[in-house]
Amino acid sequence: MEKMMRVSSSPHVRAKTGTTHIMADVCIALLPALIVGIWHFGWRAAVITAISVATCVLSEFIYEKLLHMPVTVGDLSAVVTGLLLGLNLPSTVPFWVPVIGGVFAIIVAKMLFGGLGYNFMNPALAGRCFLVISFAGLMTNFNYDGMTTATPLALLKAGETVDLMPMFLGTTAGTIGETSALALLIGAIYLLVKKVISWRIPCLYILTVLVFAAIFGGHGLSVNYLLGHLLGGGLMLGACFMATDYVTSPITAKGQIVYGICLGLMTGLFRVFGGSAEGVSYAIIFCNLLVPLIERFTMPTAFGKEGRKHEK
Amino acid sequence: MGLATFRGGVHPYEGKELSMNQPVEVLMPGKELVYPLAQHIGAPANPVVAKGDRVLVGQIIAESSAFISANVISSVSGTVKDITPRLTASGALCKSIVVENDGAYETVPGFGEKRDPKTLSKEQIRQIVKDAGIVGMGGAGFPTHVKLTPKNEEAIDTIIVNGAECEPYLTSDYRMMLEEPDKIVAGLKVILQLFPQARGVIAIENNKPEAIRVLQEKTAGEEKITVCPLKTKYPQGGERMLIDAVTHRRINSSMLPADAGVIVDNVDTVIAIYMAVCESTPLIRRIITVTGDAVASPRNFSVRTGTNYRDLIEAAGGFKTEPEKILSGGPMMGQALFTLDIPVAKTSSTLTCFTKDAVSEFEPTACIRCGRCVSACPEFLVPQKMMAACEAGDLAAFEALSGMECCECGSCTFVCPARRRLTQTFKEARKSVMAARRKAKG
Repeated sequence: MEKMMRVSSSPHVRAKTGTTHIMADVCIALLPALIVGIWHFGWRAAVITAISVATCVLSEFIYEKLLHMPVTVGDLSAVVTGLLLGLNLPSTVPFWVPVIGGVFAIIVAKMLFGGLGYNFMNPALAGRCFLVISFAGLMTNFNYDGMTTATPLALLKAGETVDLMPMFLGTTAGTIGETSALALLIGAIYLLVKKVISWRIPCLYILTVLVFAAIFGGHGLSVNYLLGHLLGGGLMLGACFMATDYVTSPITAKGQIVYGICLGLMTGLFRVFGGSAEGVSYAIIFCNLLVPLIERFTMPTAFGKEGRKHEK
Repeated sequence: MGLATFRGGVHPYEGKELSMNQPVEVLMPGKELVYPLAQHIGAPANPVVAKGDRVLVGQIIAESSAFISANVISSVSGTVKDITPRLTASGALCKSIVVENDGAYETVPGFGEKRDPKTLSKEQIRQIVKDAGIVGMGGAGFPTHVKLTPKNEEAIDTIIVNGAECEPYLTSDYRMMLEEPDKIVAGLKVILQLFPQARGVIAIENNKPEAIRVLQEKTAGEEKITVCPLKTKYPQGGERMLIDAVTHRRINSSMLPADAGVIVDNVDTVIAIYMAVCESTPLIRRIITVTGDAVASPRNFSVRTGTNYRDLIEAAGGFKTEPEKILSGGPMMGQALFTLDIPVAKTSSTLTCFTKDAVSEFEPTACIRCGRCVSACPEFLVPQKMMAACEAGDLAAFEALSGMECCECGSCTFVCPARRRLTQTFKEARKSVMAARRKAKG
């Protein structure tokens, strides 16, 4: 008898794209925002992001080593978390802040729930929210060009108008990665073209925020006010890179639409009626919790079962 | 209006260029031919010959044993050597009739006689198709005479000839569309004779422009027959997806195409119908593509059923490199073989030989809920949740998620970036559910 061939159940071919490719694409898409951040906020921005990434990767590695689990840092998901956390911090924070945030994001929000795929909250945002609650002063100290200034959203909240061009380019106050709408847009288009994300969540999210602001903002259809909301704060960063996190967003197409609208409503609510000027992080964290519920009510009907629900 | 298509699906590497320009060559069989009694869906056929009997080309050697069953026909003349279990492509042993080929190819009386279908009644046509042992040659092997005898005969308004050939690497249907278009049209006309109120549609994926052109030419003067180009996307040739693309009617797993007023037959099945009805030749041959990067010279063959797979490889120049994996069928739904000592059955279509197994290097990792499986599923299921149900051993949840609608096309597994074995798990779950249903019935 000749040598036996390899057998396995079909299919016998796989698409090239693996988890690591997807995570690498997200990292690439975040590079423009990171570069603009370093350009405008200086070397501190680079160091803080680097510390954040290193902390996240090391936390995952050490946790898995200590628990004798297979090491999964090669999938680059911890790098993505570290990048997102870094981009969500002001450039003025002390260097121990990204360390605490990174450990919380990876250990508490991700690994304790079972690691990649099992966390119910976006780890980077969980880390950021933990930091905001614990060190509110440090986390809201925005500095631009050597001076402490108010963010555009804070100005909007105070009823003033904002200068839109700097907000588009990124030459304004804010966290490292959120200020340049242009850089974020380039990254988002990259992800859309590579089909890593779909248009559903970011588009509906942003659209809903604008509609909400137009109805409840008190400035009607003021272009300056609405564009201020669009370009200001973490909306672009949140909508394109964090609300689209696979693990913590609905898997069904209809669910993604519902989720995008929920995010927009929550963000609008926080921004217009809330105590602070910003609300993207909390809106995403809150809506993360709604995902199982949204999925439950947006399950697609199987092919050929449309209108035949009650047949066996 | 865009091309006819369906929602979902994937785009695997097609690999058809290897063999698509190779004309079909007739390959004569070796000394021993093996005819499994179950080459179709339904009850295995009953042997009507005994060890030592002499058989002729075209002779029925096993008879349809139930309503859903099919005859088995000898493709050579010779002596019945044995009736014994033999290995089939599925990996299981199946009781088979083994015939020693005498090389004379002596035929049964009347074999090959030309017949004008116009002189035949519907009942006669159906009987001829039944006697000829014709089954769906697209892979499923559903007995064709049963398909052509629907309960609601008047409700059938569309006959679709499936020339999608969406499975990568396969080129046998393509070659037949180029080389035997007249037989396809004539075969379709025979079916239309059974359903005078129906129209005929020949559906072909648009990665086969030459086949579309040839058949459009051949059907130019036909009032009731059209050619429908389809968008190239796997699994366009799946029966449910094809019916959706052509007629915009959707059927589920508990329905038959006839419930949507449609009958679907594969290109080669239609040729088999033509051969049986118009040329008195039962189903004794099959077009097989021998392809893959391990084969010296990929080709298309016309072979007699019962021929050993090994003869096919030899005829294609043997192996260029040592194959690691050999499939009966294409890479999306084909069956991996551990040995080549297997006979060509009515439903065989391709031998795909790969130098390297493209899947064994992958270890499944955690699901990241990316949703690619959901977008790819042509049945609009949520494989991610079905998988979670299977992993929890919860078959009731699997059923509630419409798991039994899964057509096992493999699209979800193909796109999964975490390399999870979704289709493989669903196949097992579906088997368990079906077994439990049978048990409940008693």
